[in-house]
Amino acid sequence: MTALRFDPIRLPPECEELRKEVRAFLAEEIAAGTFNPYQPLREDADAREFSRRVGERGWIGMTWPKKYGGHERTFLERYVVTEEMRVANAPVRRFFVADRQSGPILLRYAPEHIKADILPRICRGELCFAIGMSEPNSGSDLFAAKTRATKTDGGWLINGTKIWTTSAHMADYMIAIFRTSPATKENRRHGLTQFLVNMKSPGIKVNPIGQITGQKEFNEVVFTDAFVPDDHQLGEIDGAWKQATSELAYERSGPERFLETYYVLTELVRAAGPDPDTRSAEGIGRLVAQLHAMRRMSVSVAGMLQAGKEPVVEASIVKDVGTVWEQQLPHRVRDLAAFVEEDAGNRETLENQLTFAIRTAPKLTIQGGTTEVLRGIIARGLGLR
Amino acid sequence: MADAENIVVATAEKIFADLADPQTINHDKDGRWAAPLWQALSEAGLPLAWVAEQFGGAGTDLADGFAVINSAGRFALAVPLAETLLAGWLLQQGGIASPEGAMTIAPARPKDRITLDADGTLSGRARGVPFAKNAKHVAVVAHGRDGVSIALVDAAGLRIDPGLSLANDPSDTVIFDHVAPVAIKPAPAGFDQDRLMLMGGVVRGLQIAGALDRLLEISVRYAGERVAFEKPIGKFQAVQHNLARLAGEVAAASAAATSAADAIARGEAMDDAIFLEAAAAKIRCAEAAEKGAAIAHQVHGAIAFTTEHILHRFSLRALAWRDDFGSESHWAVALGQRVAARGADELWPLVASR
Repeated sequence: MTALRFDPIRLPPECEELRKEVRAFLAEEIAAGTFNPYQPLREDADAREFSRRVGERGWIGMTWPKKYGGHERTFLERYVVTEEMRVANAPVRRFFVADRQSGPILLRYAPEHIKADILPRICRGELCFAIGMSEPNSGSDLFAAKTRATKTDGGWLINGTKIWTTSAHMADYMIAIFRTSPATKENRRHGLTQFLVNMKSPGIKVNPIGQITGQKEFNEVVFTDAFVPDDHQLGEIDGAWKQATSELAYERSGPERFLETYYVLTELVRAAGPDPDTRSAEGIGRLVAQLHAMRRMSVSVAGMLQAGKEPVVEASIVKDVGTVWEQQLPHRVRDLAAFVEEDAGNRETLENQLTFAIRTAPKLTIQGGTTEVLRGIIARGLGLR
Repeated sequence: MADAENIVVATAEKIFADLADPQTINHDKDGRWAAPLWQALSEAGLPLAWVAEQFGGAGTDLADGFAVINSAGRFALAVPLAETLLAGWLLQQGGIASPEGAMTIAPARPKDRITLDADGTLSGRARGVPFAKNAKHVAVVAHGRDGVSIALVDAAGLRIDPGLSLANDPSDTVIFDHVAPVAIKPAPAGFDQDRLMLMGGVVRGLQIAGALDRLLEISVRYAGERVAFEKPIGKFQAVQHNLARLAGEVAAASAAATSAADAIARGEAMDDAIFLEAAAAKIRCAEAAEKGAAIAHQVHGAIAFTTEHILHRFSLRALAWRDDFGSESHWAVALGQRVAARGADELWPLVASR
């Protein structure tokens, strides 16, 4: 068993300067009515313009090379921007997937002319990305995907269906895995290839799916002879399984993995007032201690990534512990709010937030790798598999 | 946290490995292991590592001492090393030199009070004082008319009612009945009993984190060896997922405790952010002890419920250490009150302050 490491990482001074800038920017956006910080993520009509303004500040693609429009800043600086945006309930969905996942994949696997074309537009906040992994009969079992890519002149024809695809309805591009060969007896993960798909191509139909939160963020995406050119192939033919796991440490350990329902804790503190009873004080104290420990784990992983390490197991632990925590948080806040004065000034805000957060909670341990899959990865890291 | 290149930590770990092997200690019914262990630790200067050379110690920096304490947790060390370190640190805050031999600290609970009377003697009762009956001296935080003092007291002049912790380590009630201290000095500005409790809480957090780390290691090894239903139990998904959860508790405890220790070692001023670090370390480590010990025992089944097996040395100490220097409930209330007093919009700036 390899020892788990969570070194005490401190954010360097440049992060604190940056944090002030981000807070000032968000305060301006809130004052201008771009979004309501008391109302968690929803699709604002002007999120498109907000994305461009975030891009103008240099806060998308922060760690990428300057020649592709990036800013060559550290993972710790990106961390600060991400957590401040998340805590303010800023409408980041339009650019966040590209910033966190799609951009790094393109950087690693796309041909030069594609990188030169697309990455600067991501950095300017102009492009929205979706991820095409799940299919109707293939979720956690990623390598059971059946949507086919069939070779044709100058490219590939795609046929099949992706599902639960967040933001597909507004995405400009999707990075998806498609079946290019059958799996082999020796390796059931063989035969899938990663592609960049222009969502505006003919033959792609996006059908919205209503969610229990009242949102319609995710979709079914049906491909009927949709054409993907050869230069949109990302990485090795039939070898997506080698690529799919490489960036996971970045994806799993960020502040978005424990802050998704954070807003209910702030409102609970507001409702409880400056001199809470013992029960409320203890409850708030425990939640804040747990949040602090989570953040220290997550910052520690960011620091290790910055130092060029690959803390895959530690990152999976952050997502496991973090998503379970953010899932339980609204329920604990509900418990603690039970005895808060009925006429506390923010009672209505808190109750509206709780309704939304409790409806959101079930997805938190499913999206981006279920708890069960993560625990399997952790168990492998412990030497049990 | 353990850094192989660090001579202090390496020395401590060598002594622990040679003289504090859990299996050997577990089979030694007469307690013969304790004296040679303490002697080796003393010869290496470890109990007074935190005391500056001019006060009779080794002058090791705080970070190294914290690393030794974390490592002591990994061995479920049952001699007053952490207590003597803490006592030496406390005395140094008052500019009092540390004597040779084992020490402990009083009070060890946030609500106990020792008072300094006008005649210069100390009175009061401190409960749950770890290893008081093994200590030659006690380092004390006392409250008098002119504020807080730090005192060194000879244990021979105290009434000590012996008690045992959850892990059967000494946890005694110490009665001060007009006791004249060996030395007494006013505490430095800003130093109070809470400061001692927070430092003690971080020390216990590091010990818990170390013990939990070892619980995980022992449990993973056992899951790979124990065969049931014709395969090692570690091949069953239910067992794997329990061990993954245990790893999560180890991670949270370790991150919280090492972060708090680091913040204190950097000598940052005692503000709300340091309070958060220290209180959160004790709270989260104590919560991790509860969940982690339960999983480690569940993986082992009946075998680790026996005195013969070493698991209880780690599981019961991790649980017992929750009680010293303020329980998680105590610190949760204190932290919650502080967060509430700052107000809702100042919570995130506090959490994100470093």
